[in-house]
Amino acid sequence: MIHRPTQPVRRAIIAVPFLAAIGLAFRLNSGPIRAPADAANPGFVFNDATKAAGITFVHHRPSFDSKITNVEPHVAALGASVSVADFDGDGWPDLYFTNSRFGEPNALYRNKGDGTFEDVAASAGVADLNRPGEGVSMGSVWGDFDNDGREDLLVYRYGYLALLKNVDGKRFEDVTQAAGLHRWVNSNGAIWFDYDRDGLLDLYVTAYFRSDIDLWHLTTTRIMHNSFEFADNGGKNLLFHNVGGGRFEDVTDKLGVGSTRWTLAAASADFDEDGWPDLYLANDYGPEELFLNDHGRRFVPVTAGLASESKSGMAVALGDVFNRGRLDAFVTNISERGYLFQNNNLRLNRMVDSKRFVNVAEGEVADAGWAWGAQFGDLNNDGMNELFVANGFISADPNTSYWYAMSKIAGANGRFFEDAATWPPFGNTSLSGFERSRVYLNRGVAGWTDVAARVGATDTYDGRAVAFADLENRGAIDVIVANQNQPVTLYRTTPDSANHWVAFHLIGTRSNRSAIGAEVVVESGDLRQRRIVDGGMGFASQNDRRLHFGLGRREWVDRVVIHWPSGAEQVVQHPLVDRLLTVTEPAR
Amino acid sequence: MTELATAPSASLSWKERARRIDPRYLIAFLITLVLVVAQVRYHVVGGYERLAVALLTCTVAEALLSWFDRGKVVNLQSAYISGISLTLLEKPQGAALWPIALGGWLAISSKYVLRYRENHLWNPTNFAIVTLLLAAPERISVLSHQWGNDLATNLVIWTFGLVIASRVRVLHITLTYVASFFVLNTLRSVVLGQPILPEIAPITGPMYQLFVFFMITDPRTVVRGRRPQMIVAVIIALVEAMIRLASDQGWPLPTAFNAAPALVALWLVGPVAKWIDLRHAGPRKQAPVPSLEAPAVPPPVARGSSPAASGAR
Repeated sequence: MIHRPTQPVRRAIIAVPFLAAIGLAFRLNSGPIRAPADAANPGFVFNDATKAAGITFVHHRPSFDSKITNVEPHVAALGASVSVADFDGDGWPDLYFTNSRFGEPNALYRNKGDGTFEDVAASAGVADLNRPGEGVSMGSVWGDFDNDGREDLLVYRYGYLALLKNVDGKRFEDVTQAAGLHRWVNSNGAIWFDYDRDGLLDLYVTAYFRSDIDLWHLTTTRIMHNSFEFADNGGKNLLFHNVGGGRFEDVTDKLGVGSTRWTLAAASADFDEDGWPDLYLANDYGPEELFLNDHGRRFVPVTAGLASESKSGMAVALGDVFNRGRLDAFVTNISERGYLFQNNNLRLNRMVDSKRFVNVAEGEVADAGWAWGAQFGDLNNDGMNELFVANGFISADPNTSYWYAMSKIAGANGRFFEDAATWPPFGNTSLSGFERSRVYLNRGVAGWTDVAARVGATDTYDGRAVAFADLENRGAIDVIVANQNQPVTLYRTTPDSANHWVAFHLIGTRSNRSAIGAEVVVESGDLRQRRIVDGGMGFASQNDRRLHFGLGRREWVDRVVIHWPSGAEQVVQHPLVDRLLTVTEPAR
Repeated sequence: MTELATAPSASLSWKERARRIDPRYLIAFLITLVLVVAQVRYHVVGGYERLAVALLTCTVAEALLSWFDRGKVVNLQSAYISGISLTLLEKPQGAALWPIALGGWLAISSKYVLRYRENHLWNPTNFAIVTLLLAAPERISVLSHQWGNDLATNLVIWTFGLVIASRVRVLHITLTYVASFFVLNTLRSVVLGQPILPEIAPITGPMYQLFVFFMITDPRTVVRGRRPQMIVAVIIALVEAMIRLASDQGWPLPTAFNAAPALVALWLVGPVAKWIDLRHAGPRKQAPVPSLEAPAVPPPVARGSSPAASGAR
């Protein structure tokens, strides 16, 4: 017969796993017990080429009405942006950066084709866009809205929109009034897309603060969000239909896309593969939104699994995560140890199968800090997308943190939260400052591994916008990061030289000439990958128009299927690899 | 289950029947209701696997430990409440489930390990959350925001909280703490020259209200007597104010102190107060009501007697 232990002994026995659990918590705090798969050879390295490229741009944050001095570091924490386009048509991608302080110029860096750039913003007439009474720049998107073969520029501001027509590849003309776009929108994002497939680029502008708010002449301090995670009192997003002749009309209400959820980023793609471009919104202090395009007549909001967790969406990047031939979405959010784990979302597109996105973010990719801009791109040319994420909100006094103060107000009743006067003063405190960028290596089903330090992404700037472009036409995706109130960072990428690649420059004919919205699927053996020509993607950013595909060791491409925005489908058989190919849309 | 809870007389009015319902079932119902409302309205759970793991860990741990310690499986209602509470209040990094499982285990096993004179000293959920915050701040946080910041949620919790607190005669603890919070934080803001509203604002958050209604009033871990209970509530508020004061000054405190000062204050003060109370009470002359078997909330007690004095603890 087995005697039952006495009670003290029983309690002592129970104490063993109790104490072990506490010990285990300490151990797991420092990371998973099972080490991630070896990422010793990510297959690419970065080199900070900012200085060598001659890019000296420094972003300056704005200043606002003294009524909100206590929260100005927060309100003024946006505006660093970057967008890529070959504005002069010389075959080399150029860069446009926005500034956000009155009197500080925006910069247009012309790519000289030898790895260096020159700022031609002033002579081109796109520098002086930060003026009292007009607002300060928050970002820009390029698109050939009049199909004249030259990329035009839309600058969105905390203030009036500015549409700058590319006249001759050297200078720009402000056509905002004539286009019917002279609207005051406190905007942090915009995208070009052709929602009605009429061959003319339409414009979707996201609004952050309400449009009746002039941040320099406030009549109230009730300008903030009415909830930390379910705010719906932001500015109203706007959809402008390009009616031709250089004019736009506001069709927001008619099409049903006037969200007021503090949208920070938008992206468009044909998620459900019905031939019509849909809209995906990343909303600050709120759930993401998906609007499905009903044949260009209206947009239908659907939950599609996006409302399962409401967070603070900062950016939305689209990419084919597992080479399924579909565009998935990565939405950045906020994480701060001990205080808040909103976790980034990596949503697999299952719209065709089950009309849902499925969040599969876990481990390292779920927590990047206070994450902002992000982009997918094949940095090592192995045929799988990597993911670059910029981080950090406000870097001020490194020995202080606003998180404790933030925790007072964040959980409070919305009436407190929306009043800027109620917020504890920021002073010179940091809020998730000095956070480093993340570079996630795609290991397929084995997950993502952060290789930032290993590949040389070591900056701790307050990263905002991220754009990808092959700046030297050499088959490598370079990374441009616009940092808030800080200098730009340009990472020149050196991928594994044994890997092959192919890139496509698309020219629309029936579609918009920029080919924005065109989706390309490359098939090479077991590789099948989809990319889209974006009219704005990530946060306050736009990638190179040309689509770059890594092929790994594959030395051939079986075929390329191009889904043009017009609805036309074009197949290119066995294109040559390791080169940039120009493809023009068939006329009929 | 008590007779009161199971066999109401057919001749009793509905009010009388409601009054006689065992409060532990009422609490379980209400915490479930809060969970359901919060999930439907705000998706606070963040994945039903978290709820499943929390409930499974807590109930299995309770069943196993009670069987091992006492030779029989106790009522699992207390474990159920702990599981729901953890689901509501603990937010792990990424999709990690281990913090939920560890939290459940720590909550339940603490009742069997951290004991004095056959009473556990910490509120189980409070112990688990704060211990995890101290041990693994890189991996967990307290869910303090995802409640919508709207009045409706506050009203739901206040309404149910008042009902429950009155029913189990701990409303004075809640009100004492709330009053102390207002006074001390107003004082702190005046001393520091800071605006008052940000200092008062936290208590308007629903998470705080879960704390004042469900955690600080846990009848199993409060001291005996109405006045001592109120004094302890004041001390908890005082310690919290001191933590906040230190945070205001930028002291290098562990993250848990800055992120969840109220929970830490209860974690620090509650067991000390309980230990002193039990020590003054002296050793029990008769076999105690087995606390592990007893519910988190005692059965109804006669008017005029406190739960502590009734032997329900």
